[in-house]
Amino acid sequence: MAGLDFKHAGKPAEQEDERTVARNTRTGLRLFAVYVLCYGGYMVLSAFRPEWMKREVLAGVNLAVTYGFGLIVAALALALVYLNRCHKN
Amino acid sequence: MLHHSSFIAILVFLAFAATVIGISVYLGRRAKSAAGYFAAGGGIHWFVNGVAFAGDYLSAASFLGICGMIAFFGYDGFLYSIGYLAGWIVALFIIAEPLKRLGRFTLADALDNKFNSRGIKLSAAISTLVISCFYLIPQMVGAGALVRPLLGLPQYAGVIGVGAIVTFIVVTAGMVSTTWVQFIKGTLLVVLCAGMTVLILARGVTTKPTTAAGEPVRLMERGVQAEAAVWDKGSVVMSEDGGWKGMPFVRVRHPDGRVVVWRKRADGLLDEAQTLTVGKDGRKRVNGLPQGENAGECDLAPVGYASKLPGGVESTGPLGSFAYLHTMQHSEVILWDNVKIAESDGATTTVYFQKPTAGADFMAPGSSPTFRKVRGDKFTDKLDFLSLMLALFCGTASLPHILIRYYTVKDQASARKSTIVGIAAIGFFYVLTLFLGLGAMTSGALDVTDSNMAAPLLARSISELLFAVISAVAFTTVLGTVSGLIMAASGAVAHDLMSHVMRVDLDEFGKVRAAKIASVAVGIIAIALGICFSKMNVNFLVGWAFNIAASANLPSLLMLLFWKGTTKRGITASILTGMVSSLGWILLSAQAYKDVYGWDPATAIVPFSQPAIVTIPLGFLVLVVVSKLTAERKAA
Repeated sequence: MAGLDFKHAGKPAEQEDERTVARNTRTGLRLFAVYVLCYGGYMVLSAFRPEWMKREVLAGVNLAVTYGFGLIVAALALALVYLNRCHKN
Repeated sequence: MLHHSSFIAILVFLAFAATVIGISVYLGRRAKSAAGYFAAGGGIHWFVNGVAFAGDYLSAASFLGICGMIAFFGYDGFLYSIGYLAGWIVALFIIAEPLKRLGRFTLADALDNKFNSRGIKLSAAISTLVISCFYLIPQMVGAGALVRPLLGLPQYAGVIGVGAIVTFIVVTAGMVSTTWVQFIKGTLLVVLCAGMTVLILARGVTTKPTTAAGEPVRLMERGVQAEAAVWDKGSVVMSEDGGWKGMPFVRVRHPDGRVVVWRKRADGLLDEAQTLTVGKDGRKRVNGLPQGENAGECDLAPVGYASKLPGGVESTGPLGSFAYLHTMQHSEVILWDNVKIAESDGATTTVYFQKPTAGADFMAPGSSPTFRKVRGDKFTDKLDFLSLMLALFCGTASLPHILIRYYTVKDQASARKSTIVGIAAIGFFYVLTLFLGLGAMTSGALDVTDSNMAAPLLARSISELLFAVISAVAFTTVLGTVSGLIMAASGAVAHDLMSHVMRVDLDEFGKVRAAKIASVAVGIIAIALGICFSKMNVNFLVGWAFNIAASANLPSLLMLLFWKGTTKRGITASILTGMVSSLGWILLSAQAYKDVYGWDPATAIVPFSQPAIVTIPLGFLVLVVVSKLTAERKAA
């Protein structure tokens, strides 16, 4: 469990202005939508086309494992994109 | 299966655990006295905080539970890895920044920020308590699973031991896991698991595993002719009586008292099985003899090896990561299943039998009994799987103790960067879990009765030293998580419930004493629950905690941040509905029937085990309906 000294933290040291916040939120929501599509695709495929998940797709590894690794990598990738866009804003 | 310790292992374990606890206490004391260190909300570098995220989030339940599930059933354990990591996307993009701008850091404070309502405080406190309990149980079970192979003690001894130690620490010293301790633990866990993965790849897959000392593991007989099963002079086939009638098993009693059970295959040949009988007096017998390692006694055999490898080889030798996965997809591995049989004298016998399974089968979703139905045709059968993926996705951002962690950095840019480091470390670890699980599956060291021990036993099959070190790191992780959870739960009781809701007037000393008494109570409850739930895979239990958290907290949190029409009664109703419905659902599920109460799972009331797909929308619905009903009349 984290150090429970958050009481001292208060509001963030750098306050981003409203327009930046709005832009960041939009960026965040767009990237979130992308991820939901990827994750949803995984759910739908596994539930309704389980046979496809057994097919080999990349370096002899099947879709189930590849897609799973892909989701993990995609999370990191989208987070990096977000960081980059927020910085630009 | 009985486990016994090695002296070196215990020494290394104690040394390691003492060091980590020592550092933790030392840094904890320093952090309290150097108040300025945390005054700005953290002068902590974003990289350190990011790795601390990982150390905080990756409980032993991830490590033990996911590896165990993969080792026993294949791919389905990995579903949890994917879901747990994906949940961070919800936290990062949706929840974290609006919450931080609100300036509040605990879920309860944020929810109550606008309204200052006793109803919200009460429901949020109860929700925190329930979720903390469900998160506590798998940690306790996990601790028991770590201690068993190390010290050779039975499950309940490990649970009681951990519970007692942690409660003692919390009551006397209030051990606080600081950022630096989590950083150290996170680094150790990830580095050690990466090392184990490299060793697994170097070892490859084999049909003839050996122990760390190089002795071959005894393989169970397969495809034996009926006559050959009755090999000793004087062995006799037992008649089918009681619960054995109609079951595909043949029991052979040998002159020395052993009863070997064979399973009848479709082609008429026999596969060797193992049995564990628990008598009404609690005494255990394995294969008919008392459980033990002396003459006249018997113990369950360690299992876990491939029966067929691509190209017909006996061992593959070292493999690259993709080659390893490809090999597993094209192998056949002996997995194990079990069935309980009621004996005529009141005892219960569990028969563990071999189930050769093709890699193509276990390397895709639906490889485990819980989620197997996803491969069927009925839509309702797929709901368990879909519900789980939803719960995991929504759960991370709903856990009370995760969001707090987000705010120990000083500004939003650092917060973002540290979250990304956290996601990278956590994601890397979860990728490793697939290899660790598959490595355990073919390690030849599994205990058929307990999937939670797969990872430590895997380490043991590589080297005693590695086993001792990994157990120590995992154990101290459990201690940290459990102490934090007990503190959160006792805080909810003393601070939120007693002071704010019941308006019991306590001075500072009174509050501290109340919190300590609450800690002891919570500790005792945790121990009791840890023993009740000990048969369940810890990861499954954490999944349940996610279901409850997502159902109770997410609807209120999201609507509070994004819908102006949210009222305080709406929030209260939503939290209570989400919590009660998901908890009730879980307790009435087939999984609980089977593993917790020991009843017949077919009689369970609810159609599937993961409630999220029903209870999360229910939480939203209740919030909207109640909010509209209790909306304040606006002036015309």
